[in-house]
Amino acid sequence: MAKLDSKIPAGSLSEKWTNHKSNINLVSPANKRLIDVIVVGTGLAGASASATLAELGYNVKTFCFQDSPRRAHSIAAQGGINAAKNYQGDGDSTYRLFYDTIKGGDYRSREANVYRLAEVSTNIIDQCVAQGVPFARDYGGLLDNRSFGGVLVSRTFYAKGQTGQQLLLGAYSAMNRQIGRGKIKMYNRHEMMDLVVVGGKARGIITRNLVNGEIERHSAHAVVIASGGYGNVFFLSTNAMGSNVSASWKIHKRGAHFANPCFTQIHPTCIPVSGEHQSKLTLMSESLRNDGRIWVPKKLEDVKAIRAGKLNPTEIAEEDRDYYLERRYPAFGNLVPRDVASRAAKERCDAGFGVNKTGEAVYLDFADAITRYGKEQAHVKGLDENDAALVKKLGQEVVRAKYGNLFQMYEKIVDQNPYETPMMIYPAVHYTMGGVWVDYNLMTSIPGCYAIGEANFSDHGANRLGASALMQGLADGYFVLPYTIGDYLADDIRTGPISTDSPEFEAAEKEVKKQIEAFINNKGKHSVDYYHKKLGKIMWDKCGMSRNEKGLKDAIEEIKALREDFYKNVKVPGTADEFNEQLAKAGRVADFLELGELFAKDALERTESCGGHFREESQTPEGEAMRDDKNFSFVSAWEYKGEPSKAKLHKEQLEYEEIEVKTRSYK
Amino acid sequence: MNLTLKIWRQANVDAKGEMVTYSVAGVSPDMSFLEMMDMHNEQLIENGEDPVAFDHDCREGICGMCSMFINGEAHGPDRLVTTCQLHMRKFKDGDTITIEPFRANAFPVIKDLTVDRSAFDRIQQAGGFVSVNTSGNTQDANAIPIDKHDADKAFDAASCIGCGACVASCKNASAMLFVSAKVSQYALLPQGKVEATDRVLNMVNQMDEEGFGNCTNTGACEVECPKGISLENIARMNREYLAATLKG
Repeated sequence: MAKLDSKIPAGSLSEKWTNHKSNINLVSPANKRLIDVIVVGTGLAGASASATLAELGYNVKTFCFQDSPRRAHSIAAQGGINAAKNYQGDGDSTYRLFYDTIKGGDYRSREANVYRLAEVSTNIIDQCVAQGVPFARDYGGLLDNRSFGGVLVSRTFYAKGQTGQQLLLGAYSAMNRQIGRGKIKMYNRHEMMDLVVVGGKARGIITRNLVNGEIERHSAHAVVIASGGYGNVFFLSTNAMGSNVSASWKIHKRGAHFANPCFTQIHPTCIPVSGEHQSKLTLMSESLRNDGRIWVPKKLEDVKAIRAGKLNPTEIAEEDRDYYLERRYPAFGNLVPRDVASRAAKERCDAGFGVNKTGEAVYLDFADAITRYGKEQAHVKGLDENDAALVKKLGQEVVRAKYGNLFQMYEKIVDQNPYETPMMIYPAVHYTMGGVWVDYNLMTSIPGCYAIGEANFSDHGANRLGASALMQGLADGYFVLPYTIGDYLADDIRTGPISTDSPEFEAAEKEVKKQIEAFINNKGKHSVDYYHKKLGKIMWDKCGMSRNEKGLKDAIEEIKALREDFYKNVKVPGTADEFNEQLAKAGRVADFLELGELFAKDALERTESCGGHFREESQTPEGEAMRDDKNFSFVSAWEYKGEPSKAKLHKEQLEYEEIEVKTRSYK
Repeated sequence: MNLTLKIWRQANVDAKGEMVTYSVAGVSPDMSFLEMMDMHNEQLIENGEDPVAFDHDCREGICGMCSMFINGEAHGPDRLVTTCQLHMRKFKDGDTITIEPFRANAFPVIKDLTVDRSAFDRIQQAGGFVSVNTSGNTQDANAIPIDKHDADKAFDAASCIGCGACVASCKNASAMLFVSAKVSQYALLPQGKVEATDRVLNMVNQMDEEGFGNCTNTGACEVECPKGISLENIARMNREYLAATLKG
């Protein structure tokens, strides 16, 4: 395999994208009608790419496993989307968004990609407003902003705590317009089972119709994977139940390198696990850290009293509280990046200060914000600022307007009123920075196969900043891929329709059917979930918030053994030719069982700490993460060689031209 | 808690369905309703029986995929929540719980509690969009100020999750609340006003073609809507529709 070529265009950083767009090949409108493109996934990246490709004139076939493209998990993103608009006049710029993203990613992302992302960020907001996305506005009728972790400006646009929903419905509406015109053929309830490579190029996919079990062949001149991240390898995560790695993993097995699999984001503010029955975890948006203060008691006896139900957190005096983020990181306080906030919570809980029965929870407290807003409102309305009850009431109204849906969600799940008592939160798996390796054009190492959105590894390095996932998904789908894919497809204008009768399609379909039959006929002892939960526990215990050599080595062996047991003993009820959720799930868990091992292997090889990847062997005396730029300033791109343990490592060195690589500090 | 479940079982769209009674033991009040269903399914798998098929995905009340009719109410007895956010603490030990799919002619049953709601997609494809290309070369996002009250109302309408509880709750299986939410969102925003006439005509036409019933203002949809979408939107759509037909 040749050296990894990132295909970063020449020229100065700020001119690369503009020059690249001017120099790449185009396909004429008449020829676009002769070209088919497959898109797998309908989240922000997949929906926006489908809509734009169809609008440009390509024939698009789009696939999702849900019952409608509008259900894709981008819908659940809460807090907001970043853009360097500088509407607040607080010193924001393309460069600053670029810089914050590189620094937030702990200097493990590709400079040119991140600059391009920052550059197109402003177009996203213009585009979404034109589509009728109802962002929050101020009384003057202009767009409102708030702050997210790891930055010192307000550049996050939002729609209450439902920003992802509104952006996705915007992209879905753009798609619907093209479905109505016949330019997109939409396949709901279809799962991609494999990629078909013909003559070294991606030329189609095999799918399973989840309603009747039919195996289908679909051909195209290019295939775009937009199937999201793989957080569900941990079983418990904030991902949707159906979120899976399978589309990415299938292309990996067909030749696409998988990059930085161990870079996972553990989000600091999620509702803690309540018991064995738990099926997923729920995020409480980072935007809450604009107003919430995070703390645990200073005294262990208070912790004990709280756990025993003898003391309420509201009864603990100010001086007996440890606002540990404000203490450790005075410059950024409660708005440090996610990786830093998560580790700090773990540190306090490991030291015995966790505030719930499991010992794994800290407080997120809104009492100060409620008082602050209440006094402001009382002042504005000319009322008594010293009337505590009135101030509380007015303050609660402000907080409700800002975060009402999040507070309601918390109350429904936990059965406590967060307006009256602090929320309990704990870190949970949320997002995966790692993913399919792509070049500057978002093409994987298979010609004609692209990966966009969370499915690729590109822009967030070792840690993603809040409100940047929505930005990247839409940037890739609306504004990057539609240009770069033309450069490749320009060579395909005379190819004509791709036949699905080739031996390659035949072979891929046969393999898919073989695996399905094996699952159905296995008649084993344990359900699919039994294995998924076991895998999740290994991942969380040994590849979670902190990792060490021994744990990772153990994880590799345990996952291997679990995988063997799975194939021998998994029990999939029902038949192959019906609506069979267990069968669909078995295929997904089989892929997680391979990815999990590669994940641990990647974490084992990277003996430095960076971003979300914390190796216990590599930390400062104060317990902060210690990067090793001399030895690890590269992207790990893994080539599939038959099984995860044999995967071959390729290194893409990261060069920084415009940015001085520094130790990340939020103190 | 120990519970009796009466669940609608139907093998596929053509099969005849029936209610089947099961008992489930050891339910924790902290479980969500779907976690209770998971536990029940694990038991069925263990016993070599076919697990109950039901739609679900995000499990945090936003994707709109879960869709059960529990004890005669869409998304069950709690208010302003989807089934995935409903918790077992809303039930008592010894309760019998009836679980059916969202029923409507326009929502054929795929299997058990899973229904086909693609009619909703087709209504959106008929006009639920602003016809602007996605080049990003539009005007600046702040070029047109929008009255905060209108923006907030547009947001409230836009928060519909397309679950179909309104249809399932309506004695006429009408989709008016769903359609009117989208029509209202765009009617309230300057970007959507440009093609408001065609939009409302096309969407209502498609709604009728899909076989949804008419609205008789009973308001059950508003009560059962997990997102609190208001009946005001139906009134607004009726005004929009009247204006469009007069114009047309």
